[in-house]
Amino acid sequence: MSKFIKSKIDSIEFRMLSPKMIKRMAVAKIITPDTHDTDGYPIKSGLMDPRLGVIDPGLRCRTCKSKMGECPGHFGFIDLARPVIHVGYNKLIYNTLRGTCRPCGRILMPQSDIDDYKLKLREAKDLGAEEFEDMVKKTTTEARKPKACAHCSEKKLKIKFDKPTGYTEDGDRIMPTEIKEWFEKIPDDDILLFGLSPESSRPEWAILTVVPVPPVTTRPSITLETGERSEDDLTHKLVDIIRLNQRLRENIEAGAPHLIVEDQWELVQYHVTTLMDNEVTGVPTARHRSGRPLKTLKQRLKGKEGRFRSSLAGKRVDFSARTVVSPDPNISIDEVGIPYEIATELTIPERITTLNKDRILNYVKNRDKYPGANYVLRPDGRRKRISSESIDEILEELDVGYIVERHLIDGDIVLFNRQPSLHRMSMMAHRARILPGKTFRLNLCVCTPYNADFDGDEMNLHVPQTEEARTEARLLMSVQNQIRSPRFGGPIIGCIHDHISGLYSLSNDEFNSKEAFQLATRAGYTDEFKHGSGKVHGRDIISLFIPDNINMEYTAKDKETVVIQKGVLKKGSIDEKSVGVMSGKLLDEVLRKHGPEGAKVFLNSITKLAIAYLDKRGFTTGLDEEDLPEKTMKEISNVLSGAEKKVDELVSKYRKGKLAPSKGKSVIDTLEELIMVELNNARNKAGTLAKDHLEENNFALLMAKTGARGSMLNITQMSACIGQQAIRGQRILRGYRERTLPHFSRNDLGSRAHGFVTSSYKSGMDPIEFFFHAMGGRESLTDTAMRTPKSGYLQRRLINAMQDIIVDYNETVRDGRGVIIQFSYGEDGIDPAKTDLGRSVNLEKTLKDVENK
Amino acid sequence: MSDSSKSKEESASLLPPKLKKAAEDFASKTKTRKQSEDFLNLVTSTYIKAKVEPGEGVGVVAAQSLGEPGTQMMMRTKHYAGTAMDVTRGLPRLIEIFDARRTPKTPMMEIYLDKANNTIEKAESMAHRLKETRIKNIMTEMSTDFAKYSVTVTLDRNELKKRNITPKKLENTLVEIYGNRISVEGGNKVVVKTEKKVASLLQKLKEDLRETHLSGIGGISYVVVQKKDRDYILYTSGTNLKDVLLVPGVDSSRTKSNDILEVEKVFGIEAARNMLVEETILTLDDAGLSVDNRHITLVSDTMCADGRVKAVGRHGISGDKASILARASFEETVKHLLKAAAYNEEDPLNGVVENIIVGQVINLGTGVPELIMKKVDEK
Repeated sequence: MSKFIKSKIDSIEFRMLSPKMIKRMAVAKIITPDTHDTDGYPIKSGLMDPRLGVIDPGLRCRTCKSKMGECPGHFGFIDLARPVIHVGYNKLIYNTLRGTCRPCGRILMPQSDIDDYKLKLREAKDLGAEEFEDMVKKTTTEARKPKACAHCSEKKLKIKFDKPTGYTEDGDRIMPTEIKEWFEKIPDDDILLFGLSPESSRPEWAILTVVPVPPVTTRPSITLETGERSEDDLTHKLVDIIRLNQRLRENIEAGAPHLIVEDQWELVQYHVTTLMDNEVTGVPTARHRSGRPLKTLKQRLKGKEGRFRSSLAGKRVDFSARTVVSPDPNISIDEVGIPYEIATELTIPERITTLNKDRILNYVKNRDKYPGANYVLRPDGRRKRISSESIDEILEELDVGYIVERHLIDGDIVLFNRQPSLHRMSMMAHRARILPGKTFRLNLCVCTPYNADFDGDEMNLHVPQTEEARTEARLLMSVQNQIRSPRFGGPIIGCIHDHISGLYSLSNDEFNSKEAFQLATRAGYTDEFKHGSGKVHGRDIISLFIPDNINMEYTAKDKETVVIQKGVLKKGSIDEKSVGVMSGKLLDEVLRKHGPEGAKVFLNSITKLAIAYLDKRGFTTGLDEEDLPEKTMKEISNVLSGAEKKVDELVSKYRKGKLAPSKGKSVIDTLEELIMVELNNARNKAGTLAKDHLEENNFALLMAKTGARGSMLNITQMSACIGQQAIRGQRILRGYRERTLPHFSRNDLGSRAHGFVTSSYKSGMDPIEFFFHAMGGRESLTDTAMRTPKSGYLQRRLINAMQDIIVDYNETVRDGRGVIIQFSYGEDGIDPAKTDLGRSVNLEKTLKDVENK
Repeated sequence: MSDSSKSKEESASLLPPKLKKAAEDFASKTKTRKQSEDFLNLVTSTYIKAKVEPGEGVGVVAAQSLGEPGTQMMMRTKHYAGTAMDVTRGLPRLIEIFDARRTPKTPMMEIYLDKANNTIEKAESMAHRLKETRIKNIMTEMSTDFAKYSVTVTLDRNELKKRNITPKKLENTLVEIYGNRISVEGGNKVVVKTEKKVASLLQKLKEDLRETHLSGIGGISYVVVQKKDRDYILYTSGTNLKDVLLVPGVDSSRTKSNDILEVEKVFGIEAARNMLVEETILTLDDAGLSVDNRHITLVSDTMCADGRVKAVGRHGISGDKASILARASFEETVKHLLKAAAYNEEDPLNGVVENIIVGQVINLGTGVPELIMKKVDEK
């Protein structure tokens, strides 16, 4: 069962189908407009002719004798009584009509020019598709310039394209039959000038004389619950073509008047047009009986749900699972918790060898009881489900060489993914951890790369089935190997929220030795615990998990210096700047010195330590934390009313015409700017007041200060003042004539009238404030709603433009054509995912390393 | 750790010149010879470890690194610090840059002055000279006299003064264009007659008059002087690189425009590439996002690889791809397929999507090596 690649598709050539080719590839001529007879059997020479392939299980194909699923289907054809135009090639037909001579079929320009352009075209073709297309465009415009044919001197008449499918010459309609005759006269050599070639695309092939009938496998009919048959949209369209074609033929044979024949002809044209494309402008869309527009060929291919993007570029997979995610701080960052229900359904094929025979036999014996197995693959390729009936037989024959599809067990490599997959860290390889419960469990540190939270997010899981796939996944996609983001060269996996609050509080706390020991062991500390008889400082507990060769000094978020010597935290507190995502200096240093595995161990232990400490101490926040002493409240309201007064002063100054405009601005803009600055200052002042008078031990403040969650602004808005509401970066100016709301007098320029909210979230807003706040809130909502699809499309375009660009063996960067984009990637050949914030070598740090050795 | 048996010279020779120089400077700070050697070895091994591996899909990584932060960007345009100009920033600007739009939403120039003119007075007067004035900017009223076949323009005296235009100067300019058909009434009224006594010419004359260029440089609607470090810089809204560079006193080596296609036209593709990098970095920095410069240069280089600035999208890089299947799977599926058939195109199946579509190993990462082991029969 070796899966060696024996051959490869080298290239794909595209050609137009000639009528001859259509007939040659067809296995049946379709003449009957009906599909099935009254007994429900397909009619011969009908659209469901059994020779066109099988869609019913159990039957064999009349043409290739294979079963359903194996037979790809076979084409048929419809012979048209009169030729019709292919809508997709209108441009080609128009250009050819305008560039050639009707009586002699030659290109209008003189022979010398023709030869000249032919040469140029051949040269352009070697340069690439883009150049060729440009050249074709040029020759076609040149070709239609002469007023008369250079070969037979016939005067060139004015050709007009009458949308959607008509052509006129000096006002007289040219019928498709005439166009066909015309095109057939064009010599092979002249065709080249339109970019066409005689073997692959003669212009007359754009005039259809036969219509290919797609195989039934591409348009299967479905049987409804009522037993009624429902045909595919394409079948409906083909029925229309055959029916009208038949009527047209009868009329012609009966010698019906011209007008009638032409009407019928036009109808056939309509149906063939809509078979190709049901969205042509100027052609009424063909509809289903229910009024739903038919999905014909073009609609099947194009767009997000079309064949290309949905079925060809996107593949469906087996061995995958999806469920809700929830957090688990006790598993490693590179693990993922998988429910038993899923683990018994997803399997890994394992070949029995002499060494693992006992273990695998045990899986088979367990059957669906975890850890069991679902299928057995015999060396001859037959697959058997392990069931209560088959188990004895299977156990009997199992031997070395059999492959058993066993359940997922702890340690198996799986891929874990959350959409939208915006960067490569959106799909990482984890080790499976089979756990009770019905959700996928993930360590909180990997929330950032996946951008996951637990408000109902679902994630996908895939099980690689081959040893190669698993090895690649483990080596390239493991969580620890993704800690450093290629976007900026810093850690994207790190401590968040409670981890930071916990470590910060811990580095400012003391314990007796028993408590300290408990904490350390909960975080996974197993070495000898050395301690004196006195108090143990939190910093010393943290130090237990910092590798010994870490020496650094940096400023933390609280502006205090953190000193780490030989892996011991001597001074300072651990906060976002030490271990946080993106900015964690300590984490970065551990990663630099100890690699992915070291960083993984470090993260696992300090996060557990932080959680253990918070478990013990408790950490919560609530409304009462935003309480301020009465005195402070008064001070805040003084600040705010002072600001309002100042605004009024500014306004009166403006009214008196005494306000000097700032550079390059009108007076009113200057006023607005000054007011904004004034009110912003007022809020900041109120915030500072609030911060200074909040109760000791304020959890919200602690979180804001350490960077765990929230900001000072959030606290200000909750406790002191919400501040100015803005739309498009300006105060609220819209509303009624000369005022924002009828509650104000006209031309009121004061702060309240334009959306300054003095209340806090805790005290609550008055109705006017509430209304302005809702206005500002709505803007940010619409902003997000506009941004998501826009940035999504930008990303899709970027990916599509850049996806073929790789680094060559010689370090040059090349695109899909092999064109050199850069001689050395990023001008220095350095992988940003292996840098220190963009620097290949951090000399300062390296120097320290050597000195401290 | 590094191989300490290697000599100092040997190991450092693997480093690029600039890094080598810096590393040697650092090495001289060490106390012992041994340390200096260890240091250089460590630098070299770190450097070598940081190199990209062949086959790395750097294109996708760059695209992701620029696309992913897009979700975190703002949509609004911002006031440019200190000036009263609106500048497109955030996601719309990023989209604009990668789209290689013909005209940016807020075209802008940064004009530096040469040494002789680098004073506030000269900068201010330059600002006045550059700002474009057309009649429509300085008039209050325009009326048509059908009997006399003439158009009367009433000028705004304040505006005239503000823009430093004397009535005499104005008259001279107009006489140059309209000859003796023009006459001045009072101090602020200009009457212009049509060439022939045809009513239809009146409307045209009116249009022409409004757009009559009086002073300044075409396209520059607003100029502000700002001091940055030691330079007085003119920030303009509206761009016209070609004409501005010709103005005496302008330092043409530092003056730039944020209209990338204009930069391409005036300075060429290399300058355009550098502007692309610069503008992208500016936009991302402004949003407070950190993105490695390697990604930005790669995208810019890709956009400029064919000698002209190509947009990221269907009318640029993606639309000009060699592969029909890749184009068809991006946008305008049917159009590409029909054209491919007519022109007898061939898909070389070199890229990523094409191979996914036909179900083959892609040409990226671990799919690059073509070494295949021969199956040896057991026994």
